[in-house]
Amino acid sequence: MATKKGMEVSIAAAEAVKQANVDVIAAYPITPQTHIVEHLAELVNNGELDAEFIPVESEHSAMSVCTGSSAAGARSFTCTSSQGLALMSEIVYITAPLRLPVVMLLANRTLSGPLSIWNDHSDVMSIRDCGWIQVFVENGQEVYDHVFIAYRVAEDRNCLLPFIVNLDGFILTHVIEPIEFLDQEIVDRYLPPYQPLYSLHPDHPVTIGAFSTPALYTETKKAQDEALKQAMPYLLKGWQEFGDLTGRYYHPIERYKTEGAKIILVTQGSLGETASIAIDDLREKGEPAGLVKIRLWRPFPVREFREAVKGAELVVVMDRAISYGASAGPLAMEIRAALYAEEDRPRVVNWIAGIAGRDVAPEDFVQMLQQGKERPGEGYEIYGVRE
Amino acid sequence: MAKQEHEISWKELNVGYVIDEPGNAATYRTGDWRSQRPVYNKDRCIRCGTCYVFCPDMAIKIIQDGYIEHDLYYCKGCGICAQECPTAAIAMKDEEE
Repeated sequence: MATKKGMEVSIAAAEAVKQANVDVIAAYPITPQTHIVEHLAELVNNGELDAEFIPVESEHSAMSVCTGSSAAGARSFTCTSSQGLALMSEIVYITAPLRLPVVMLLANRTLSGPLSIWNDHSDVMSIRDCGWIQVFVENGQEVYDHVFIAYRVAEDRNCLLPFIVNLDGFILTHVIEPIEFLDQEIVDRYLPPYQPLYSLHPDHPVTIGAFSTPALYTETKKAQDEALKQAMPYLLKGWQEFGDLTGRYYHPIERYKTEGAKIILVTQGSLGETASIAIDDLREKGEPAGLVKIRLWRPFPVREFREAVKGAELVVVMDRAISYGASAGPLAMEIRAALYAEEDRPRVVNWIAGIAGRDVAPEDFVQMLQQGKERPGEGYEIYGVRE
Repeated sequence: MAKQEHEISWKELNVGYVIDEPGNAATYRTGDWRSQRPVYNKDRCIRCGTCYVFCPDMAIKIIQDGYIEHDLYYCKGCGICAQECPTAAIAMKDEEE
């Protein structure tokens, strides 16, 4: 039977990577991802995990190694944060069109400057258009579970896309939580060995990563876009089958008390748990408030989102990144675009909050909802900024 | 190659654009890039093979008796052969001429 243990989320994440039986790990330590990589190095060094741990000289090399090892048919893992992601971004954009199922845990941390190690979502938003499947998780259990789900979906012969799991730096990485561990036998049943469609092998020479001319480039990009859009059924299948084995079911859009809700709050990542306390408070006071949490960020689940906010008059979106000079934060922009064609669409108010580790408490969410009633359905405000 | 690049639909591309037919770059007509073409004067040629050695695209073939021939399917018209020829047996002419 599955066992529950209290453990730092980073360590549990590394244990999941071990149970997923990866072949290659290439990563460079960076706060707040460090404990994940350190623990993996220990597992490999102690002989508990039979994998190549490649201590690269930078994140650019980490992603290059993973792309190469995945092309050779190895189950490949990397993990980074913030500046590390920025440094590897050149290669991140290449992995997806090559359809290589690398999995990355991204311990979200703000991008400098000023220099900061604290949590927000500006790092992942900087590579929003990289073509990877991108998912947000809310707690340690979801981190642990999504390592297996990520490989299962990414390596599906019909999917074959790299997969980013976003977990909030410190808020999740450095917290000890009770986590239910899966028996290895369950993991092995859920996650069969990776069988690549194409791989680099001297007996069957192929070229991976060739040059494309203007005569063909548009077609390559169309094929990439379709691959990501068509990943949805494999994501749903991966989540469903994981739920059937463990009892923990995940969805592209998670709803909390949205039944009959006229005001809906939208969050991404770990602050969804805090927000649910605010929703409980408001519901107790008779306010028809609900919460929608965006688990799947790419491909964006437009239909599921529209369904989740149906009947709402006001949607209050909290972004954790600023798109400087834009019409809104990245999440609110997406949501306004997704609802624009709807005849009966709610007003979408946008707050940017929780920047670089600034605390967002349940009462802040209540404030965002209450003040949101008076705010227009365009532009955005930075919540709690001192004037 | 069955189809030219400009005839291929996105649905026909291999997953990840993998090229599973080794050496298919040979079908790529780099001669299309040319704005000048080499003109060979066999009478001046001393059959030294310098042009053959210097051609970056292997677009010069040694034919009978050590004389040469340009392969205009691949020749990009860079003019290195004309530059290196010790007897000026190769001249570059504009394609329009």
